[in-house]
Amino acid sequence: MIKVSHVTHRIGGATILSDVSVELAAGGVTALIGPNGAGKSTLLSLIARLIPLQSGSITVDDLTIGACPSDVLARKLAILPQSADAAPRLTVRDLVSFGRYPYHKGRGTEEDAQIVAQTLHRFGLNDLAGRQLDTLSGGQRQRAQVAMIHAQSTDYVLLDEPLNNLDIAASRSLMRMLRALGRTVVIVLHDINYASSYADQIVAMKDGRIHAVGTPADVVTEDLLADVFGTRATVHQIDGRPLVQV
Amino acid sequence: MYPRRLIGLAAVLAICVAGYMTLGAQGSWGFVLPFRGAKLAALLLVALAVPTSTVLFQTITQNRILTPSIMGFDALYVLILTALIFVLGGQEYVRLPVIGQFVLNVGLLMGAALVLFGTLLSQARQDIMRMILTGIIFGVLFRAVTGFLQRMIDPNEYAVVQVNSYARFGRIETDLLLIAAVLAGIALAFAWRMRHRLDVLELGHDTATNLGETPQRATLQVLVIVAALVSVSTALVGPIVFLGLLVVSLAHQVTPAARHAVLLPCAVLICAITLIGGQTVLERVLALSTPLSVVIDLLGGAVFLGLLLKGMSR
Ligand SMILES: Nc1ncnc2c1ncn2[C@@H]1O[C@H](COP(=O)(O)OP(=O)(O)OP(=O)(O)O)[C@@H](O)[C@H]1O
Ligand SMILES: [Mg+2]
Repeated sequence: MIKVSHVTHRIGGATILSDVSVELAAGGVTALIGPNGAGKSTLLSLIARLIPLQSGSITVDDLTIGACPSDVLARKLAILPQSADAAPRLTVRDLVSFGRYPYHKGRGTEEDAQIVAQTLHRFGLNDLAGRQLDTLSGGQRQRAQVAMIHAQSTDYVLLDEPLNNLDIAASRSLMRMLRALGRTVVIVLHDINYASSYADQIVAMKDGRIHAVGTPADVVTEDLLADVFGTRATVHQIDGRPLVQV
Repeated sequence: MYPRRLIGLAAVLAICVAGYMTLGAQGSWGFVLPFRGAKLAALLLVALAVPTSTVLFQTITQNRILTPSIMGFDALYVLILTALIFVLGGQEYVRLPVIGQFVLNVGLLMGAALVLFGTLLSQARQDIMRMILTGIIFGVLFRAVTGFLQRMIDPNEYAVVQVNSYARFGRIETDLLLIAAVLAGIALAFAWRMRHRLDVLELGHDTATNLGETPQRATLQVLVIVAALVSVSTALVGPIVFLGLLVVSLAHQVTPAARHAVLLPCAVLICAITLIGGQTVLERVLALSTPLSVVIDLLGGAVFLGLLLKGMSR
């Protein structure tokens, strides 16, 4: 379980997160939604120790962020940031291989090679394995980045808008794969319909605060869309899942 | 990765070494070989120190334009040396054992590098243009203060400083060889142990952190290693601003997208070829009095401008 307690984050004079407390249950997919600038990426970055915690505390199972060694956390939790660093000349296979670094620290074993091969296969990257990242399309690169995170074999996976640049087939297959993994997935989504179709739990944020937490049926309502996003949209119920008319 | 290219470079280096040791020798071999051997050893040490410190610095700052010399590390070494002589007095300083002088300089440089560059480099997102400006300002500042102190120093003592202020491949301080070799050996061992971590750190702050690295700590470790290596090369042959940039840029051309385990030896081989081959050709073959450092800085400066313009047009 990821437990965020009383986290406040300030940059300059601005308060980005104010007293955020939330529990993200182990197992299943949690979708994080909210308007631009709500603080979703900041919250994810804090959980993944990409930026230092200023106040409050965050634990991932028995690991305390800030206190536990970075390499221990790297075997427990993986993050794909919103704007993942570019490593233009890396090949897809090399990038995915780096996912195993937390385990072998430089000298990959036979087992690591096998996991990389399986991951490439699973993400349909076999044909692209030898290509350099800067020769790929945005969607292909995104797929390679997610594959690296997958090869990291962590219990927890944080993804910041991984559907950016993906077409509908790739988006659906990624979301299905994430569900099938059986890991704890926290994913920032802008498309509420993906959140409501694939997530077990939705956390809605606004202005650096948690606005609502619950199942898609509880959270995705016309009132909430009006409150959080300031837009009036019709919500239909289809097979027990809310769908937003866009 | 690229074993043939590394072997090829090693072969070229062997030819350069043979030429350096034998061409134009006058007098008995019993005298020539040890005399030239000591200089050769010094050049090899520089060829190990300069590219290694440059690669480490570029990886940790994620750029291929800035180098420790361009950021003013060499100038800082000379400043510290000058300040020591100013404070202690030239006679006192010279009376210290050579090892004592060197260790004092190195220690101070490490401290100063951590204070001056540690905060600058530890920020997660770096602005390359701001870094270039900072480097240029540091360089000018260090040289200005050095010049000021030198004017205040007794002319007799000035000679001690002067030896260390200019690049010189012809006259090499061979009495420092042993201590420099020991220090370089230690620093290089640490650098080599970091090679896999450097591959990860090169991916950028967020990806490296995700994979369990600690970029901030690595930055401080690299600064200490760089300070040691810069001390070695500056003490032996003086500051050469663009050598590191030149040879590491070439190494990226020869072994593109290579891991550090390949890039580091490649850059070292290219640097050794540049120094030993260059010195052989200039001194022994062409009998030119143009110092090699001038040629290197000219070529390296052109590379610097090229990279800068390319970076801006992107
Ligand atoms: N380094 C920074 N310096 C200043 N302000 C920042 C910084 N990082 C984030 N912010 C501000 O913090 C707020 C929250 O940013 P954050 O990236 O967490 O939002 P988000 O919910 O992920 O938005 P988006 O949906 O657009 O990705 C924004 O107002 C942003 O301008
Ligand atoms: Mg964001």
